[in-house]
Amino acid sequence: MNRYPWWKYAILGFALLIGLLYTVPNLYGEAPAVQVSSGKATLKIDASMVQRVEQVLSDAKVHPDFVQFDGNSVRARFDNTDIQLKAKDAITKALNPDANDPSWIVALNLVSRSPAWMARLHALPMYLGLDLRGGVHFLMQVDMKSALTKRAEAYTGDIRTMLREKDIRHAGITREGNNVEVLFRDAATAQKAQGLLLDQLPDLQWATEPQGSEVKLVGTLKPAAAIRVQEQALKQNITTLHNRVNELGVAEPVIQQQGVDRVIVQLPGVQDTAKAKDIIGRTATLEIRMVNDSTEARDAMRGAGPVPFGSERFLERGGVPIIVYRQVILTGENLTDAQPGFDGQTHEPSVNLTLDSKGSRIFRDVTRENVGKRMAILLFEKGKGEVVTAPVIRSEIGGGRVSITGRMTTQEAADQALLLRAGSLAAPMEIIEERTIGPSLGADNIAKGFNSVKYGFVAIATFMCAYYLLFGVFSTLALAFNLLLLIALLSMLQATLSLPGIAAIALVLGMAIDSNVLINERVREELRGGASPQAAINTGYERAFATILDSNITTLIAGLALLTFGSGPVRGFAVVHCLGIVTSMFSSVMFSRGLVNFWYGRQKKLKSVSIGQVWRPAGSPPAAKV
Amino acid sequence: MEFFRIRRDIPFMRYALVLNIISFITFGAAVFFIATRGLHLSIEFTGGTVIEVAYAQSADIDRTRSTVEKMGFGEVQVQNFGTSHDVAIRLPLHPDVKQSEVVGRVFDALCRAENGSAGTKQYTTPQGEQVSRPSCTTASGAEPLTLSRTEVVGPSVGEELKWDGLKALLATVTGIVLYLAFRFEWKFSIAGIIANLHDVVIIIGFFAFFQWEFSLAVLAAVLAVLGYSVNESVVIFDRIRETFRRMRKMSTHEVIDHAITSTTSRTIITHGSTQMMVLSMLFFGGPTLHYFAVALTIGILFGIYSSIFVAAGIAMWLGVKREDLVKVGAKEVDPNDPNAGAVV
Repeated sequence: MNRYPWWKYAILGFALLIGLLYTVPNLYGEAPAVQVSSGKATLKIDASMVQRVEQVLSDAKVHPDFVQFDGNSVRARFDNTDIQLKAKDAITKALNPDANDPSWIVALNLVSRSPAWMARLHALPMYLGLDLRGGVHFLMQVDMKSALTKRAEAYTGDIRTMLREKDIRHAGITREGNNVEVLFRDAATAQKAQGLLLDQLPDLQWATEPQGSEVKLVGTLKPAAAIRVQEQALKQNITTLHNRVNELGVAEPVIQQQGVDRVIVQLPGVQDTAKAKDIIGRTATLEIRMVNDSTEARDAMRGAGPVPFGSERFLERGGVPIIVYRQVILTGENLTDAQPGFDGQTHEPSVNLTLDSKGSRIFRDVTRENVGKRMAILLFEKGKGEVVTAPVIRSEIGGGRVSITGRMTTQEAADQALLLRAGSLAAPMEIIEERTIGPSLGADNIAKGFNSVKYGFVAIATFMCAYYLLFGVFSTLALAFNLLLLIALLSMLQATLSLPGIAAIALVLGMAIDSNVLINERVREELRGGASPQAAINTGYERAFATILDSNITTLIAGLALLTFGSGPVRGFAVVHCLGIVTSMFSSVMFSRGLVNFWYGRQKKLKSVSIGQVWRPAGSPPAAKV
Repeated sequence: MEFFRIRRDIPFMRYALVLNIISFITFGAAVFFIATRGLHLSIEFTGGTVIEVAYAQSADIDRTRSTVEKMGFGEVQVQNFGTSHDVAIRLPLHPDVKQSEVVGRVFDALCRAENGSAGTKQYTTPQGEQVSRPSCTTASGAEPLTLSRTEVVGPSVGEELKWDGLKALLATVTGIVLYLAFRFEWKFSIAGIIANLHDVVIIIGFFAFFQWEFSLAVLAAVLAVLGYSVNESVVIFDRIRETFRRMRKMSTHEVIDHAITSTTSRTIITHGSTQMMVLSMLFFGGPTLHYFAVALTIGILFGIYSSIFVAAGIAMWLGVKREDLVKVGAKEVDPNDPNAGAVV
């Protein structure tokens, strides 16, 4: 009766194999590496960089273990730090000829030492949380109210243009809070306008308010649209943060959404919060200026003369120089949106910009006076400007809707729109939580967490083996198997391990042994009641199972509640706790049973089992059942 | 080896009344301390700033305290943290001070107190990671103190965490009550949850009495304990149900005594094992895990007590009967029922 069919052993074997495969990368440790990532929002890294880096390294006679592309960066791994530093210098020199204006970030980093075939199977080590490796953590709150206000502001401009195009006369368009209010002289016009607005702006809903002889239309964002605006705002802020954080040259920054209106920024290795905050909290980096087309400027462009007074020389994307006046017409703060699209008449790809009301007023005046001239949109990074695009002004542009067309592919249009959006935050952000952990404290925390698990495990194992003998050994093996599975699962999910996570591992092990104690006690009890060894094992396991299930479910309920309502460190704890309960069910019941079956199952005439002393009260006959 | 050589069932329930009174008094005391002393909540809940500095020499707490107090941030706490070299400084929220600047200013002041000047240090770790950190160097080039950890929490976050904590507690309690009611019976589910909430309140009572710092980690420990010690009640309830089925002649009283007696060995051993792990955390886990482990220790110890004496006791007062747990067989249908026997 204590035999497993071959397929159950196969499952156990398979689980063991997978467990080992995914746990092992955590043991390899880390090797020095050089990481290349894009240093500018205008540059995108792709797989071709691998060849370039390989070429540079072979020219410099440096041999990397491998060079690989992982989506956002190219990494080359090396044997030791000496080679790593040499390689970094070589790569920096080759990729960034101008040290003052680096296009690529070349940073030192650590990469797992595990063999490449493991990485190909996605058997990667767990990430270490900031509390284990040191760094800065920010929790930022996005001011969603102002995102909505900004959007309402943009709508006032849109409506003004629409009404003018259709020749509908209004008596004023204003923004009140997050609403747009349009005043009309009579009800008939209002009705006509309402029809048009409903048709053209599906995201707004309109209410009519008569005011004496005049009629006021009040437009509010539909709830679904408001949610969309907030989602977009958050997304744009995250994109902007990515670009800004890139400047810090951090190897593995984490920028993540938390909840509906929060962003987490984690910068491992960075300790200097002041600098980090400075860069993250910077305002608009986008500027619109006029291009200087005078003869002196043309000379300067060719390099034949000095840059005229009041102008500056910038490079366009692609490297063509361009002379631009110093005077700033608009900044990114006035730009509410930038989207790729198609021109209405020519069907060419275009980038459509939306300006807020102040921006549109200035823009209308400027374009009216400068028809036929060029204007430049500049993006500033690290204090260095680059011209994203410099279109010719064809006509006066009012209403705050600007469309840039000409000589663009759809992809370019999309990239440009992203760049323009990335220049500014959709809504202001505020740091509401900030943590820094020193690097030595991180290492200390790893050691402490690891020691807690180690000594706790040893203590439990010693006790179990002494008290339950061979069954204790089985229990200990099952507990070790549980640890293996848990770490494998966490690595597979690429979870971030933190100190509370390690505490949860320790606690899970302490709780998981409960199942085995339950089983072993039950088996002893059956033996005490006079059952034959084989029957005792069988009923012991079977009876204990219902109890184990019950008790694990109650623990799981608490774990899930923590997971749902917890945040930050508590979440890390809860994830490990919940996964640990699930793996413990498998290992302590199925795995330990497998071991017992394997050991005792084949012996038909089993006389005794090694489960420690089975004590019977004196005088009670061994076979008597109560 | 066999630790527990119990010859006959221990009459636990005979002492139920006395023990329940003791429980009630402890519980009352815990509630009293929570109400009067309140909890020493960590800055995760209250908002504020924590700065941990490591001194090269043993830290002079009084000097550190007077330095920080002079800066006028309100009520400042300065304590040793772990070793004599490490100092934790806790600053409350202050309406006049910009929170984002507090850390820099305090570090500057502490640095000047050690005759150093604050700056930024950039270096590469042996593993090859680039690190830049604020540093404090004296004229002779020594570093008298380093910043090991800072934490700045705004007021809104703390308020939210309190609510989330309460919600998590509520969700756990409801979940467990529903599960126990579904799996056993409502009397057990009430008894189980009262027993375990009693543990939770006592843990919190300890934290209130000793004014230990109640942090998010402690909250996690409290909830984990809640789930864990319900286990204990579940095991005993399971036994009670089984005994009701097997021993038809025993009274409710005896059934409960028998169930508790036969699970005692297992109870002590599992809790002992879990406690070994927790002690390992308490001794080797360092100051960060200290109160986490303390909360677990109290929880585990009271968990044993409450599931043996409190849960089963309450179930008994609520009047658990054999019929509640053992399904009435088909033969025991009331013969006077006009519908008797009409089974489709």
